[in-house]
Amino acid sequence: MSKLKYFLALNRAIREEMSRDENVVLIGEDVGESGGIFSQTRGLYNEFGELRVRDTPIAEGGFVTMAVGAAATGLRPVIEIGFGDFVTACMDGLVNQAAKLRYMLGGQVKVPLVLYTFSGGGLAAGPQHSQCLESWFAHIPGLKVISPSTPMDLLGLFKTAIRDDDPVICFLGKQLVGTSGDVPQDTKDYLIPLGKADVKIEGKDITIVTFSQMTPIVMKVAESLKSNNGINAEVIDLRSISPLDIETVIKSVSKTGSLCVVQESQSPCSVASEVISKVVEYDSKILFKNPLRITPPFTPSPFSPNLENIYRPSQVSIESKILKLFQ
Amino acid sequence: MTKIDSTLAKTLLEKLWEVRLFEENTSRLYKEGVLPGFVHLSLGQEACAVGACQALQESDFITSTHRGHGHCIAKGADLNRMMSELYGKETGYSKGRGGSMHIADVNAGILGANGIVGQSTTLAIGAALSFQTKKLDNVVLAFFGEGASGSGAVHEAMNIAGIWKLPVIFFCESNKYAELSPFDVHVPIKNISDRSKGYGFKGITIDGNNLVDVYSNVLEAVKLARNGNGPTLIEAKTNRWHGHYEGDPQKYKPSSELDEKNWDDPIIKFQDFIKKEKIISETEIDKIKEIVDKKIIEAIKFAEQSKNPSAEILLEDVYASDF
Ligand SMILES: Cc1ncc(C[n+]2csc(CCOP(=O)(O)OP(=O)(O)O)c2C)c(N)n1
Repeated sequence: MSKLKYFLALNRAIREEMSRDENVVLIGEDVGESGGIFSQTRGLYNEFGELRVRDTPIAEGGFVTMAVGAAATGLRPVIEIGFGDFVTACMDGLVNQAAKLRYMLGGQVKVPLVLYTFSGGGLAAGPQHSQCLESWFAHIPGLKVISPSTPMDLLGLFKTAIRDDDPVICFLGKQLVGTSGDVPQDTKDYLIPLGKADVKIEGKDITIVTFSQMTPIVMKVAESLKSNNGINAEVIDLRSISPLDIETVIKSVSKTGSLCVVQESQSPCSVASEVISKVVEYDSKILFKNPLRITPPFTPSPFSPNLENIYRPSQVSIESKILKLFQ
Repeated sequence: MTKIDSTLAKTLLEKLWEVRLFEENTSRLYKEGVLPGFVHLSLGQEACAVGACQALQESDFITSTHRGHGHCIAKGADLNRMMSELYGKETGYSKGRGGSMHIADVNAGILGANGIVGQSTTLAIGAALSFQTKKLDNVVLAFFGEGASGSGAVHEAMNIAGIWKLPVIFFCESNKYAELSPFDVHVPIKNISDRSKGYGFKGITIDGNNLVDVYSNVLEAVKLARNGNGPTLIEAKTNRWHGHYEGDPQKYKPSSELDEKNWDDPIIKFQDFIKKEKIISETEIDKIKEIVDKKIIEAIKFAEQSKNPSAEILLEDVYASDF
């Protein structure tokens, strides 16, 4: 094991896969010579050259569908969209093309592409630069969605995503960019299967499901609940949003009898809604308490740190909502 | 050439300094950690904002970009409320909900800065559509960058505006870089303005650091648009002195461009012009800067003394009607 920063785990995953398979190409705004706004693509242009690492114009609507066409004809594009909010500019490419081409064309093609983007708030970036839109894509058959919270998960899931024959959308946490964590050192094949959640902390009193940059916050909540209130929370990091590892959640809730989902996107029609529905459909009797969603209110993400702190689930707000369940 | 009398020269110079000093102070405050989030400054591009907006009437509209402070100041936004918004305070234009990238003053004809690249042009043709439909003789000026020019939105906006002869001016600030990438990464031709041919309207490339050029060319375009003759594409070649955002290490720029001595200063250019033409005296020129200096200090004080937004503000204005 060695320590690696989150953004460098992304860099390593792309580098290893580009070395392994010459069909892997990297496409996006400022991914080339400049090495990206967080230095996330540093060195790749020099190593793999201008045919395989392409700076695009600001034309998400064009180059994402271009990547679909390229994927259908033998390349394995990795695409960067800087901020998660800008996926709105390439929805057709993802929803009507990438997700459906294989199905519509009678299975004659596959669309092996990975689109990654930095999403979430906490940086006072305002309403158009802070959103979490992962549940939109989890709603679309044909797409896979991942959202890793640690450098290790990022490395393993991203490499799997590149090798996967279907379109995968990867939501990275903006606040996680500079965080550090252990990664395996002497392998170029560290893979984590898509659709497998990770039990971060074991506990018997409540299951807290979360993902991406809410994970480290929820882990702090669990520690505090344990030391201050004697409540043992089991923390599950979903890692994959679609496919969703509901078995791991159900197993946990069968033990704890209580379920809370913490996420950074609004609650209607979201990942939290889906997790709770699936558990209730499985057997509502395993729940001894009402399930709980902890999410921002139904408003855009505000700029002012003062408001953003109220808007986003925080250690304090999550804790107090969970404690109410135990009153 | 357009005549610049002493009243106009004073107004223009005052606006130039307002933009310059607002941006310089924003840069300082950001570095000091006072301002949250991130900011994109228009230092070096002052003549574009000021020249273009001076050619408009108060009831005309502009749409702006992530780099919008200059545009908003030039079109008449209040410095206090702008600064307050940058601080995230309740007295800001968006009550602290928008920040630097979303300054708007609809009464002053500012339909808002916007964080989604390219959409200033599409929103602009919408405002132009309103004017045309209501048979008003107002016009809309859309600021955008050469980076934005590569987006589908800009193509669609220009094509629609060309077909319907909408009263719009597409004003491209061609400042050599989009984020970290130089012009030729985004644009396969030398001048963006050449593209207007494909949409059936006029296009020109001008020196965006020359205020008089900007002003007179936009005046011309406004006249066309107001008279029902449709859009013009103006590409103003200019320079972004600072990084894409404050704090950007700018490793992608050659060192000559980072050296202040080499910066083509639109304010010095304009001051030299008014001195040469003896339009206003040197003492008056100096006085203008002093006055603006005070206004900016006032704006900062106003922002500092304003309250943080209260929790209810988070929930307001999501919908105009009941939900
Ligand atoms: C649709 C969209 N894609 C990408 C971005 C990220 N981004 C913000 S500014 C920018 C560069 C814009 O360049 P340009 O239009 O030339 O304006 P300038 O920054 O030079 O003023 C990019 C890529 C964005 N905000 N919106």
